[in-house]
Amino acid sequence: MFDIDKWQEILATIKKNKMRTFLTGFSVAWGIFMLMILLGSGNGLSNGVSENFTRNAINAMWLWSGKTSIPYQGMKEGREIKLTNDDYDIIKDIPGIDKTSGRYFISGNMFSYGSEYGSYTAITCHPDLQEVESIDIVEGRFVNEIDIREARKSVVLGKDIYDALFKGKNAIGEYIRVNNIPFKVVGICKEGGGTRHRNAYIPVTTGQRVFNGSNRLHNFAVTVDAKTIEESQVIEKAVREQVAQKHKFDATDESALGSYNKLEDVMQTMKIFQAIKIFIWIIGTGTLIAGVVGVSNIMLIVVKERTKEIGIRKAIGASPASVIGLILLESILITTVAGYIGLVLGTGLMEGINFIVEQQYAASAATNGGNGETIFRNPTVDLNVAVMSTVLLVIAGTIAGYIPAKRAASIKPIEALRDE
Amino acid sequence: MISLSNVHKSYAMGSSKLHVLKGIDLHIGQGEFVSIMGSSGSGKSTLLNILGILDNYDEGAYHLNGKLIKNMSEKQAAQLRNEMLGFVFQSFNLISFKNAMENVALPLYYQGVNRKKRNKIALEYLDKMGLLPWANHLPSEMSGGQKQRVAIARSLISKPKIIFADEPTGALDSATSFEVMDILQDINKEGITLIIVTHEHDIAAMTQKIIRLHDGKIAEILENGELKDWKHQYKRELEIA
Repeated sequence: MFDIDKWQEILATIKKNKMRTFLTGFSVAWGIFMLMILLGSGNGLSNGVSENFTRNAINAMWLWSGKTSIPYQGMKEGREIKLTNDDYDIIKDIPGIDKTSGRYFISGNMFSYGSEYGSYTAITCHPDLQEVESIDIVEGRFVNEIDIREARKSVVLGKDIYDALFKGKNAIGEYIRVNNIPFKVVGICKEGGGTRHRNAYIPVTTGQRVFNGSNRLHNFAVTVDAKTIEESQVIEKAVREQVAQKHKFDATDESALGSYNKLEDVMQTMKIFQAIKIFIWIIGTGTLIAGVVGVSNIMLIVVKERTKEIGIRKAIGASPASVIGLILLESILITTVAGYIGLVLGTGLMEGINFIVEQQYAASAATNGGNGETIFRNPTVDLNVAVMSTVLLVIAGTIAGYIPAKRAASIKPIEALRDE
Repeated sequence: MISLSNVHKSYAMGSSKLHVLKGIDLHIGQGEFVSIMGSSGSGKSTLLNILGILDNYDEGAYHLNGKLIKNMSEKQAAQLRNEMLGFVFQSFNLISFKNAMENVALPLYYQGVNRKKRNKIALEYLDKMGLLPWANHLPSEMSGGQKQRVAIARSLISKPKIIFADEPTGALDSATSFEVMDILQDINKEGITLIIVTHEHDIAAMTQKIIRLHDGKIAEILENGELKDWKHQYKRELEIA
């Protein structure tokens, strides 16, 4: 195979047929280039969206109470379901439930510190909420068990509230007023993945005691230990049944106990992305096929164009094998080099886009405190896939070239010579 | 050297068959200079192609140097052509993107001679043809006579036993034609058998033996001594026409 003379002969032919070489090479390079852009964009889109999903724990589930809409055991519909701390204890221990946090809604949300004041939301919670909603601590700590047990008047401020009230001064240990009741600032936080941090978190027990909630809870945020939609649905059903049994309502009554399962949502979106990926692969395969057809077309023309040359070569002693070898090696050389060029340009472009996207992401992350907004991240292609598709194109081009080359080599030299 | 007995050849023309050679018996010895003549369609080119193993035949037997040439594989035929035969064509058939030297050297490439050596030999042959200053020119930059001399150099480089020339002067003016014929005569003097196809009587008259084909059969074979008489006959034919 490696015969310097043969390669010199091929290189000489390529050098003297620049247009033909360019056309063959271009169709291959273009095919690979487009494939790289397609696959890269697909990857970028799906990377970006899945990153957005991690803003809340993807296995989070929310439950909230309402009024019954189905008569149950002789009781009319329209009965109000009241969740309490007992329900928290029940849900916490259901198998498959990982983190649990209850919330009691408090009314009035006037925050003030010295002469600064503003209206924000105070969320009462258990320590587990930090995991469920992916809350990041900037300074200090989150609500802890001691806060819950002793119903301490501790508050964790969102970054925006801190900025508005303290304007960069030290806040930890300072007292602010929420609805005119003093709370001690124990931490500053950011909501995972969000761009606004206007929520403050206080211990749920404190909320109940200070704002006359006795033992009432309005909703629960939990994480479930599930890998699939089916698993999480089983856990969701178990939770509904336990709560329904205790409060005597139909477990299927969505109005009595509302629930939202994040995993179900994520899985559905992931399915859409899988579909998009398949779609991109179909288009990509189409692009490859178009490249192969392009190569075979040009190979057909090349062989036709070279019929006379082949005839001359055969008349002066070229064997059919050497003729086929000459044509095929030339096509392999061109497709490989061109495929490589397409590969480098395609991945180069995607890396360039990646660089710009990352810069924009960093810029938006800087203004939003660490959480950039983008639906396009890391739009690059797996190198294996890239190399494999190039190899595939080269092989397909070779096969496509072999058929006309074989035909040309098998015709009688006299017929080839007569060809004008 | 060459002997044909009862060789038939026909071409398929759509559904009908065109019977071109209808039983050719021929013997050509080593060192002969033979021309094949005949009107168009008489089968002279077909005969040359069969002799040059560029084409196969249907019936009969063809012995080249005592070896039966029949149903050869393409590879064997190519090898035999490379070792024994040289070709000169009417349309020169040079490879357009190769310069004169590379064209001449090509048969040696197929013999496995390395590039440096074969280019050196090619230059020697070009020198013999008086074309040394043109060695690096492409065929498109040369005149018809020069191109034909390059083609002759190419046919000679593999030191063949026989050279076949299909209308070697067909595309040339008469002055150049005679130059080319002179070269061919010189080659013949070195002992190489030469077989040319032509329809020009003055070209044919410069050879030692004329084979006249008519309608796929050998009409007559004229030896050297008879050429003068034949010229008279040819003139009469022209007058009648």
